[in-house]
Amino acid sequence: MELREGLLYSKSHEWVKEEDGVAIIGLTDFAQSELGDLVFVNLPEEGDEVTVGEAFADVESVKAVSDVYSPVSGTVSEVNEELLDAPESINEAPYDAWFVKVTDITDKEELLTAEEYQAFVESEQE
Amino acid sequence: MLVFEKSRPGRGCSMLPACDVEIVLPKEKDKRELALHMPELSENELSRHYTELAKKSHGVNDGFYPLGSCTMKYNPKINEDMAALPGFTEVHPLQPAHTVQGCMEVMKETEEYLCEITGMDHMTFQPAAGAHGEFTGLLLIKAYHESRGDKKRTKIIVPDSAHGTNPASAVMAGYSVVSIPSGEDGCVDLEKLRAVAGDDIAGLMLTNPNTVGLFDKNILEITNIVHGCGGLCYYDGANLNAVMGTVRPGDMGFDVIHLNLHKTFSTPHGGGGPGSGPVGCKECLTEFLPSVLVEGEETLSFVKSEHSIGEMKSFYGNFLVVVRALTYLKTLGREGIPKASQNAVLNANYMMNKLKDLYTMAYDEVCMHEFVMSLSDLKKKTGVSAMDIAKGLLDNGIHPPTMYFPLIVDEALMVEPTETESRETLDEAIQVFRNLYEMAEKEAESLHAAPVTTPVTRLDEVGAARHPVLRYQFS
Repeated sequence: MELREGLLYSKSHEWVKEEDGVAIIGLTDFAQSELGDLVFVNLPEEGDEVTVGEAFADVESVKAVSDVYSPVSGTVSEVNEELLDAPESINEAPYDAWFVKVTDITDKEELLTAEEYQAFVESEQE
Repeated sequence: MLVFEKSRPGRGCSMLPACDVEIVLPKEKDKRELALHMPELSENELSRHYTELAKKSHGVNDGFYPLGSCTMKYNPKINEDMAALPGFTEVHPLQPAHTVQGCMEVMKETEEYLCEITGMDHMTFQPAAGAHGEFTGLLLIKAYHESRGDKKRTKIIVPDSAHGTNPASAVMAGYSVVSIPSGEDGCVDLEKLRAVAGDDIAGLMLTNPNTVGLFDKNILEITNIVHGCGGLCYYDGANLNAVMGTVRPGDMGFDVIHLNLHKTFSTPHGGGGPGSGPVGCKECLTEFLPSVLVEGEETLSFVKSEHSIGEMKSFYGNFLVVVRALTYLKTLGREGIPKASQNAVLNANYMMNKLKDLYTMAYDEVCMHEFVMSLSDLKKKTGVSAMDIAKGLLDNGIHPPTMYFPLIVDEALMVEPTETESRETLDEAIQVFRNLYEMAEKEAESLHAAPVTTPVTRLDEVGAARHPVLRYQFS
């Protein structure tokens, strides 16, 4: 499982990168490997509100559709539309394949560091 | 090879009857601009083409087909004989009602039988299949609340073990979906249900027995909770094959249901069906149904009530499917219908008990007509997934069970043998499952490559989903 330093992680397997009040959100390497080859992504629209712990996007593999949960509350300021045509990029480079950028952040769940997330995933595996 | 690729200009085999009405050609401006691309083949070529396709496929006539939650039961040939009777086939939907009273009687009689089996008061045969039935049922629920001026109900409760069509239908009907997690036992978590039951709930959609093959022991309490908050209860009939003639959705507290004639009542399923998803309801919803059959002094006729949600399909739904279902009902009769369900449950429990020493059962208890295994442990141990075992079954002439559903079970395989399979067939299938388990432990690689004996081997499902080719490109 690949991790990237400097990112924060949620227990529902999203990564968050915070820069000047903007949260960039994507799926972790662990999540993409569990889901398998992704074939479709459903993204919110610019201006949509997202809420901590609630689904803001979904990803589809040949097996199933899975929700992607937001680790923050706020407003979607930018959507990575390239994912729509290339869902495989989430499998290939999960930490570059960001889903959305969120601004006006009003709430945030307790996020894990890379080390903490690794320990969390390992404890889940047992 | 596609039929279009076998086509050669000038060949043909049409033997259309002589035209007995005046020929009218479209105006010049209305004539088509693109070539029609009809394949041109001689009769023997065409016959061979379809025989070849039939040989490449697997259906209930070829072998065991334990596709869980789909009830791929055998379709008795007598159903086809009845549906081919000229009185049923040589009619036109625009014929005056008094000239097709026999067909109307078929619908009336089938409605009465199915209402008796389900505990409903009325039924419409318009919906073309299950999901269409769900949509129809939800529109009835919506019409009911609206007729009472109750506009605050915007949500439908759906358990997380439900068929994907349930939340999809609810959204189609304009509702938002509240998903409630199942308890440890695979059944509805009553506390979670109580927590969401409120005056914004329009209804609950439930399959019982549920998709893990268990009859929800709290069913009366569940429907009570929903009724208590002013909602209605919708029964997804996908799994009726476990309980027909034994327990009725109407008595469990459901207000509206759909059935799948192509599952439970032995009409063709898959490969184009067509299906039929009749919707039944209690008296409180009857006024909202599409046109219903009403008995007049001398004739039966369809009458649309003032508050009807309107027609859900042109004419009478897939009528010949109803003829097949009625044939099945009459063939089995009052004694045969519950017996069929009992045998379906017996067969599932037999297979489950003969496999559970090797395969991990998701819920190790007496099941209904289907059971769910989790291959999670096997995958961790050997790398062989539910998908690999399913593909291995193909090499043994068995259609795979339902895979990766329900979503609440990891690496799920859901097996539904159905009632018509003999003990010998079940024993053979059990042996195949056991052999595959052994193969997984000893030669996992060969299972990753399966199937190798089928007309097409392992398909690139990911490639097909990412780069779908949806239509034939004419050169």
